[in-house]
Amino acid sequence: MKRYHLEVRVKPRPGLLDPQGKAVAHALSDLGYAGVADVRVGKILDVELDAPSETEARERGEEMCRKLLANPVTEDFEVTVAGILEDA
Amino acid sequence: MKVAVITFPGSNCDYDGYQAFKLLDGFEPEFRWHRDAALGDVDAVFLPGGFSYGDYLRPGAIAHLSPVMEAVRDFAAGGGPVLGVCNGFQVLCESGLLPGALLRNPSLRFRSHDVHLRVETTRSPFTSAYEKGAVLRIPIAHGDGHYTASKEELAELEGEDRIAFRYCTTEGGLAPESNPNHSEHHIAGILNPARNILGMMPHPERAVEDILGSTDGLGLFESLRAHLSGTLATQTP
Repeated sequence: MKRYHLEVRVKPRPGLLDPQGKAVAHALSDLGYAGVADVRVGKILDVELDAPSETEARERGEEMCRKLLANPVTEDFEVTVAGILEDA
Repeated sequence: MKVAVITFPGSNCDYDGYQAFKLLDGFEPEFRWHRDAALGDVDAVFLPGGFSYGDYLRPGAIAHLSPVMEAVRDFAAGGGPVLGVCNGFQVLCESGLLPGALLRNPSLRFRSHDVHLRVETTRSPFTSAYEKGAVLRIPIAHGDGHYTASKEELAELEGEDRIAFRYCTTEGGLAPESNPNHSEHHIAGILNPARNILGMMPHPERAVEDILGSTDGLGLFESLRAHLSGTLATQTP
């Protein structure tokens, strides 16, 4: 068993309305940044998980996304093993 | 007729719902806590508005995994009527009991005001007392009410007459200005395929007494009462 650091990225589906991203893009333009074509706001979840292998850690992370962390209707997710924290 | 009013941590319309049911003779509302794994002997379920679990992650995302929702799922599978309002609608979508999802209002504003709704179908335990096409005035109060679903799901909702209410103008027309959250197809409320689950963003429980400014929500409770007492059998297509 090792303790893995999973980085879970959850993003709004391409094409889906993201009003938060739009508002942030406007604010960046207001700050003087020219050429901000688009911004989309997602979230990153750092999960520390004890698992027997890296593959299993990632698979569990993906299952967590399907069940809770991402909404299958509106969001895409990506799970990466960002590191091994310690022997659990 | 016993109605289970579910309270999640962060629910804030549970007492409004309780009070609305109390107003109508025949209903006996009872609170159920989110940790309750059983509903007991009840005839209907009300999922209230509010901010269950602080809307953490996504509105309704954590609530849909609470023990009481397992019981609600079983109750609904057996044909029991379930009404979800506002956050209750979000919980129903998150649980997969209704299709689609409710996203942040494109205005990024929390919208709290009366809206007009057009009754799109009377074929449900919640809308049988209304006339098809009737225009109701009922309040909304939400920040995440933009209804979206896949093209296929939207086509199914339309084709199967499962859109219960649409946002409309005072005259019943459909216009962008009368769609407070730019919901797809102006959707304010939808039914599941078996028609025993209704989710809606507007608050009928806040439109049941003159002092509240509107009594247009009463029809929903009257429909349910008629359905439960069997005096008005749900019509088949």
